[in-house]
Amino acid sequence: MSDFLIECRGLYKSYGLRPALSGVDLEVGPGRIVGLLGPNGSGKTTLIKLLCGLLQPTTGWLAIDGEAVGPYTKSVVSYLPDRMYFADWMKALDLFDLFRDFYADFDYQKALAMCRSLGVEPKDRLKSMSKGTKEKVQLVLVMARAAKLYLLDEPIAGVDPAARDFILRTILTNYNPEGTVLLSTHLISDIEKVLDEAIFLKEGKIMLHATVDDIREKEGKSVDALFREIFKAEPMWEGGEDRAV
Amino acid sequence: MDWKLDDGRPIWPQLSQQLARRIIAGVYPPGSRLPSVRELAAEAGVNPNTMQRALAQLEQEGLARADRTAGRLVTQDAAILEGARLREARAVVQDYFEAMSALGYSRERAVELLKEEIP
Repeated sequence: MSDFLIECRGLYKSYGLRPALSGVDLEVGPGRIVGLLGPNGSGKTTLIKLLCGLLQPTTGWLAIDGEAVGPYTKSVVSYLPDRMYFADWMKALDLFDLFRDFYADFDYQKALAMCRSLGVEPKDRLKSMSKGTKEKVQLVLVMARAAKLYLLDEPIAGVDPAARDFILRTILTNYNPEGTVLLSTHLISDIEKVLDEAIFLKEGKIMLHATVDDIREKEGKSVDALFREIFKAEPMWEGGEDRAV
Repeated sequence: MDWKLDDGRPIWPQLSQQLARRIIAGVYPPGSRLPSVRELAAEAGVNPNTMQRALAQLEQEGLARADRTAGRLVTQDAAILEGARLREARAVVQDYFEAMSALGYSRERAVELLKEEIP
């Protein structure tokens, strides 16, 4: 049994001929809030999808809580996808019922309480909600579980700065303290303060994995400033198009 | 009192300094119970582990101590509080000299200017 909640060894994933992850070794302990940072197309979503079992690695292996990805790991992983996957005729309450059936660790009352504090009316249908409100509903679904690992793919991308602060506070105050939160984003300055550790992904490889305070101590600058420096050094090739994930 | 965090410096010492200043200013009076790590972390919008480290530093300095029935109490030791006040005052003085030096003033000249402020 390892002490790590997430363990990846030589993880490699390619889509056709194009590698999305090329040789990722990663260890993350329990009770941490970890930022997965990198420009578009650096492999953030791919790594998250491998961890929650939506994708299979081409080569290499990974374990969550000491187990290979499977029914057990899915029961302890709470995943916020980068896009909405629910039918829009559903109400937030329907989704809570669904999640209560699917996940033993889903706390129905907590979900209702979170809706109240986020100003979401659980009887509304998804189709009548704004993009930001839908994101809040998804966040409630994910954070109302008492999971060991929360995988949040771009949890703050679509909401205004005030809601962003609110969502970060929701993450801070509602996550299971023994659990680990891994969240991907490129809005670093907004989330830097809530992170224990930062992982920089570049072209499918981990180029830096350190605690936020160590980075600040060693580099004498914020994680955001370091990120801008590192990813500015190599301008995009002609046309400047990001690679799609 | 708001939490202010600069870029480019580790976060926990900044939190620890601001907590110390709150204690000195009496926001958290001597002998009172400090809010929990999670409350403080949520208020400052920072990671609970970072806040934990800042509070451990306060304990190290003697400004707070862990209570048997969970939580932390602000010290009632006047000498420790006075020591912390003096340390923070010195930090303010150093900041003043640094800012004056950036304007091209020597320490001596900076002191003279300061004296002129006193009628």
